[in-house]
Amino acid sequence: MADLNAVEIRNVSKIFGFGEFAFAAVNDTSVAIRQNEFFTLLGPSGCGKTTLLRLIAGFEFPTSGEILLNGENIAAMPPFKRPVNTVFQSYALFPHMTVAENIGFGLQMLGRPKAEIEARVAEMLKLVRMEELRGRRTSQISGGQQQRVALARALAPQPKVLLLDEPLSALDYKLRKDMQIELKRLQAETGITFIFVTHDQEEALTMSDRVAVMSAGRILQVGSPRDIYDAPTDRFVADFIGETNFLKGQVVSSANGIADVDTGVGGRIAAALPEGFTPQGEVTVVLRPEHAMLCGAEDAGACQMTGTLENIVYFGTDTHYHVVLSDGATAFTLREQNKPMQAARFAAGDRVGIAIEANAARVLRN
Amino acid sequence: MARQFSVRRQTGFTAIAMVCFFALYLPIGVLVIYAFNAGTSLSVWEGFSLRWFVKAFENQQVIEASIRSLQIAVVAALVATAAATMAALATTRTEPYRGLTLKYAFINQPLMIPEIVTAVALLIFFSRIKVWTGYSGLGYLIAAHTAFCIPFAYLPIRARLENMDLTLERAAADLYATPWKTFRYVTLPLLWPGILAGLMLAFVISLDDVVITEFVKSAGQDTLPTYMLGQLRRAITPEMNAISTLFLLLSICIVTVFFFVNKKRI
Repeated sequence: MADLNAVEIRNVSKIFGFGEFAFAAVNDTSVAIRQNEFFTLLGPSGCGKTTLLRLIAGFEFPTSGEILLNGENIAAMPPFKRPVNTVFQSYALFPHMTVAENIGFGLQMLGRPKAEIEARVAEMLKLVRMEELRGRRTSQISGGQQQRVALARALAPQPKVLLLDEPLSALDYKLRKDMQIELKRLQAETGITFIFVTHDQEEALTMSDRVAVMSAGRILQVGSPRDIYDAPTDRFVADFIGETNFLKGQVVSSANGIADVDTGVGGRIAAALPEGFTPQGEVTVVLRPEHAMLCGAEDAGACQMTGTLENIVYFGTDTHYHVVLSDGATAFTLREQNKPMQAARFAAGDRVGIAIEANAARVLRN
Repeated sequence: MARQFSVRRQTGFTAIAMVCFFALYLPIGVLVIYAFNAGTSLSVWEGFSLRWFVKAFENQQVIEASIRSLQIAVVAALVATAAATMAALATTRTEPYRGLTLKYAFINQPLMIPEIVTAVALLIFFSRIKVWTGYSGLGYLIAAHTAFCIPFAYLPIRARLENMDLTLERAAADLYATPWKTFRYVTLPLLWPGILAGLMLAFVISLDDVVITEFVKSAGQDTLPTYMLGQLRRAITPEMNAISTLFLLLSICIVTVFFFVNKKRI
């Protein structure tokens, strides 16, 4: 049954409120999550990612649509019957129990024999490296340790799918970095499908096998971190992940998935088209700041665009150049990596050209 | 040199505080002191003695009334707390809906209706039932006490439930606990201090009641407070002080336990 999707969301909507106050937190969304993958739901707060996670956990029930777990529709099943466990944002550790009792709770509720529970708890404590704290109350351990206990507690019953609701957001930067690696390790070691909710794009890109970007209750794009970053098909996705330049232009011709776009600020740009999309007239082209280079006005012939350098911001590892293109209105940002002991090549106010790397520009669907 | 302004040190505050303090505790202090008076006077000190305590313990009526008070208070507090726990769960573990406020009002009705009104109503109501059923036992008093104890048990339990993180119950459900097991293993242990507080409050309120008890009781059903009220119409001896002092001691014990239970927040 390895070909079955771990979780499949089919046309799921969740509407809160009634009448004119009705609000679709999840709006006719479909997505398939594969076996053993680290899948991330990424989006700003209020985009519906947590609601979608709760629908899978069973804390909310969909207004319409199906939720399939290994092919079985669980949309109406109460949470305590679903072989799915959650790591909560607030951890939600039981304050009246010890670390070990917390971890063993799920197995205890499943009515497993005492010896089995003890063995499993010991195994889990080892997995999250918390053996020496097993007898502590959860109020007597640090935030990072609570996070590990919450993970161990959710993993102990060997769920089919582990749901993680922004579990790292309460940790400080250093601990968060460590936990990101730890989570990847745990996912690889246990082979359990992880569905991870976050609003942090860096977290999503570094940890996930695949990412779904959500906005206003809909999934806009699903793909590998590289797809999402390099080939956004949607304006929101391009804008939300990383920094992006948006250019307006007219399609001159298109063939073999590449459009020739005239931006009116220099030469033409060859921009990749989204799959199965043949645009006419005006389109938006996106371009990452690190995929363009500045060249002097004297090399303008080799450049696709020209403009005036407004200001230069030095960041240590790289330098950001803010340019106003020659239409006098469009702002464009470039990012160049710094070389050792490099002298400044440009100054604010210079007339500059902008050269674009091959395969860097993309046309958006909308 | 301008005098420094402090909200805590304003003219007259200390004096007012002292007056209030004495008005509250001086009478109680005098009452306790004269409980140990060797003579029969409530105002002339004739030396230290425990004779009135001994007399109180030998007074069969006092003992019977005390036992009756305790019986009523224990049963009424237990039943009221059980009902209040269920009411608190039903009113907090739900999405807010129309009529929820009205339900609060119904539950807390004994706090809002003057006690004397309830007392008269119960007197009339119960006298009918007494005629129909022929039963005239302690049941009426227990029922009446249960009813007015419910809001006192309900308030601390509801406060505790409202402060409890709902995610904990969600986590239990996520970890395969059925609604009953979630209640048994997560909600109840965390709610326990609130339930104990409600129980003790209900117990004290029942123990202390005069008005409703006076109206509802049948002949020979005096509780300690109504017995004392009856005795006050006759000659007062320091025996009353002794009984009051013991009553006060019990009350202090309960409130102390209540305080420590409440303080021990898990």
